[in-house]
Amino acid sequence: MEFFHGVNVDWMGKAKYFVALSVLLLVVGWISIFSRVSKNPGAMYGIDFRGGTLVYVRFAAKAPVDQIRRGLQDAGLANSTIQGISDTQSVGSQNDVVIGLEQSQGDQSLDVGKQKILDVLHKTFGTDTSGKPDFNSITPSALVSDLTQKDPLSLGTGAGDRYTQLAAALTDARDKNHDGIVTSFDELKNVPGVTPAVVSLLANNYSLGTFAIRDAEIVGPKVGAQLRHQAFWATIYALGGMLVYIAFRFEWVYGAAAVIAVFHDVLITLGFFSLFHYEISLTVIAALLTLVGYSMNDTIVIFDRVRENLRLMKREPLADIVNKSINQTLSRTILTSGLTFLTVLVLYLMGGEVLRAFSFAMVVGVVVGTYSSFGIAAPIVVLWNRHHGGKGSTVRTGSAAGKPRGGSSKELAHV
Amino acid sequence: MNSQLKWKFVFILAVLLFCIYGVIGLPTFPTSLNQVKLNLADRIKLGLDLKGGSHLVLQVQLEEAIGQRCDQTVDQISKQLHDKNIGFGEIRRVDDTHIEVRDVAPATSGSFRDLITNQFSDWTMAPSAGQTDGYLLTMKPSVVADLRKAAMDQSLEVITRRINALGLTEPTIAFTGRSDDEILVQLPGEGDPTRAKSVIQAGGQLQLTLVVGDQTYPSQIAALAANGGVLPAGSIILPGSDAGTPGQPAQQVFYILARAPVVTGQDLVGATPQPSTNNPGQYDVSFHLSTSAAARFGPFTEANIGHRMAIVLENKVYTAPVINGRIEDSGVITGNFTQDSAQDLALVLRAGALPASIKYLEERTVGPSLGADSIRQGVRASIGSMIVVMIFLVFYYRLSGVNAVVALVLNLVILIAFMAYAGAVLTLPGIAGVILTIGMGVDSNVLVFERIREELRNGKVPAPAVDTGFDRAFLTIIDTHVTTIVSAVFLFLFGSGTPVQGFAITLVIGLLANVFTSIYVSRAIFDYHLSRMDRQGHLSI
Repeated sequence: MEFFHGVNVDWMGKAKYFVALSVLLLVVGWISIFSRVSKNPGAMYGIDFRGGTLVYVRFAAKAPVDQIRRGLQDAGLANSTIQGISDTQSVGSQNDVVIGLEQSQGDQSLDVGKQKILDVLHKTFGTDTSGKPDFNSITPSALVSDLTQKDPLSLGTGAGDRYTQLAAALTDARDKNHDGIVTSFDELKNVPGVTPAVVSLLANNYSLGTFAIRDAEIVGPKVGAQLRHQAFWATIYALGGMLVYIAFRFEWVYGAAAVIAVFHDVLITLGFFSLFHYEISLTVIAALLTLVGYSMNDTIVIFDRVRENLRLMKREPLADIVNKSINQTLSRTILTSGLTFLTVLVLYLMGGEVLRAFSFAMVVGVVVGTYSSFGIAAPIVVLWNRHHGGKGSTVRTGSAAGKPRGGSSKELAHV
Repeated sequence: MNSQLKWKFVFILAVLLFCIYGVIGLPTFPTSLNQVKLNLADRIKLGLDLKGGSHLVLQVQLEEAIGQRCDQTVDQISKQLHDKNIGFGEIRRVDDTHIEVRDVAPATSGSFRDLITNQFSDWTMAPSAGQTDGYLLTMKPSVVADLRKAAMDQSLEVITRRINALGLTEPTIAFTGRSDDEILVQLPGEGDPTRAKSVIQAGGQLQLTLVVGDQTYPSQIAALAANGGVLPAGSIILPGSDAGTPGQPAQQVFYILARAPVVTGQDLVGATPQPSTNNPGQYDVSFHLSTSAAARFGPFTEANIGHRMAIVLENKVYTAPVINGRIEDSGVITGNFTQDSAQDLALVLRAGALPASIKYLEERTVGPSLGADSIRQGVRASIGSMIVVMIFLVFYYRLSGVNAVVALVLNLVILIAFMAYAGAVLTLPGIAGVILTIGMGVDSNVLVFERIREELRNGKVPAPAVDTGFDRAFLTIIDTHVTTIVSAVFLFLFGSGTPVQGFAITLVIGLLANVFTSIYVSRAIFDYHLSRMDRQGHLSI
């Protein structure tokens, strides 16, 4: 089976439309970024880079967002945000909320913000007045020490790690089978190793809160700035490394073109991030790096073909050679990009809330990364050569492309 | 099949077996499916973002340790100057690394300079700006660096001992690597870091020191007023609470204490919690002193019978009992402890003091249910999309597509096995690396197949077409992979301490495996097919 073959498109003739499209996307995206940032300098950043507190809460029923908002306002936490999460994959879809709080000046210790949010939640939804600990937020290690002390199975000193296993089974059942929230102790009856004595012990010694903290992130302002700095420079060095390698294998203008193209991809993806109101977190940085790798891969495939064709078509203008190279690799490009796009689309739709921003970056990145190889990187090389004479005859093709066997060992020696 | 091809397959099979063994064969050779599952869970280490747990980054306030050294040096120099009868006006600490000595008597300035050069070689000496007969001493940068390093090493050691004593599962305590004063503490499966945090943060500085005037005061002002508004030389004021009498709760009071303690935390050899004898239901912490400390403590207590001695922790007076007789080597700290808090205090005292206080920079807690959710959804999505991709490859390239599927699966197996052998941790960004690996793996196969199709279209018979296809695609694959590996290496080097490193690790391993599977393995399978058909036969591609 075959989809594309014998295509003959004048890609370089359309270069000006590509550039116009890129400029349009860049301008729209970055206007959006600037308008957001001018209102709030940290708007684009997630908690990782901005500093602050984020608490991810799951409720036993649909999350009472308005009630929480009122509670936060009553507590004077004006700089807080609250966001409901509709996770289509989870059992109870609208039960989760994320509450954020900016770092405020003069906070004594790091977790002041988390404490404030917890106080509001406890005040709004009440805590068990008996002072019994909440089973929905107990950790396995705390449960082990309680079980060992109370000894509901009457194992005495011979308990060994039986209670460790029991505690793990109980918290596992809570977290995996009941989505993190148990509403009645009877739900734990069928957990392996649980006897009626255990259930009644739990019921007598624990309360069941209506919400549980799933995730809490607190990042100090110094760390935020430091991570931002480090992620930025790591990316710059990585791009620099790529530029040097490509310049060494091809010609420096190819390296520059490839790096400009991936830079373009990152800028456009960031624009889309702003338009769709996603935040940049450390995970998103990983996605951006992935798209850099992907886009670079795509560009090199085309450049490689150009390098090969330069040897075969000595008389033709570079633009024709580039066109031919893009057309020759088009089948591969569409196939690979299509499959990768499919993969990240599935991840975006099915991957859950944690991966949402990550997979969004990938979905945008794969499309932009593929497009930039022929729409940006290739035209830059053609344009450069048009203005600086020669049609790339200085490209160090060596004997590599023609006689790969002999050439490859020589080329590999450089690698 | 010729013998060269046979050896190729033997080699591929050996790699495959080695990898499968690495993933499910260790630590106990599996004899049941259950054991396979256990091994798998043991070998594939998941990061906190996938497994749930607490992640803390803390900063050691190193300037405190350096300032302390500066203070000590000021004391030592002034003592030496007095001993040697060198006249001087004033000696003071300018900041953490500078000391100024003013108005050194001109007649003794020679001996002053000798003293500093010979006995305080950690410091450089220069005339103080705008001062005749004044000197500015600066701590040498190498000494500062050594102090910082020593303080960090000691902090890491103390925190490790404290955390280990909590008995949690597989905690990680390490330098973050992104800044020289940060320590990372990871507690897998621990959804609430509160207890660990309080144990880490406790300074653990125990001091036994004499109460000046054996009195307590209701406020700092009252304490000063009782001494004519001036703090007696060599003393400090610290808060504490009095014992409280029946019917009247304990209140905050202030003590005037001798600045130099008789005994410090370093003199301790043990500390244990014990039920309180006076307050049933409460706990005390008893401690034991080393022999050398006991030799000091015995005479000291004997000489001060009838006076009060304060037990100070974290700049707070816990108790100030009256010395009733000579005490050799043990004592008790009482202070309304519960069993847990007594246990934690004993633990902190045993583990030793931190050289400087610490500050938290970052705290993340991933609840186990969220971690489980992200694994479940992430894995389901990845497997789902892999299957779709593989079905498509077989549909589009027919028998050659099977080739690609074999190469992709082997690629994943090698990637997972190497991560298991290297003890690398799989994180969410790591999964991003896996996705890029799969994407480039698919691409490598597509590159080769499209090239072979091109050659076939140009009229070549299968064998040379496959030959040329692989040769041409080889260069492209090497270029794309090396470029990405180069960038991943930079990310690894400059992304230390950030999740970016997890991405770089899986990417590098995955791409190396990819070069092997998409070129070597796939080629071997093609060669096998070619060896079984005639020269003019039809290649299923």
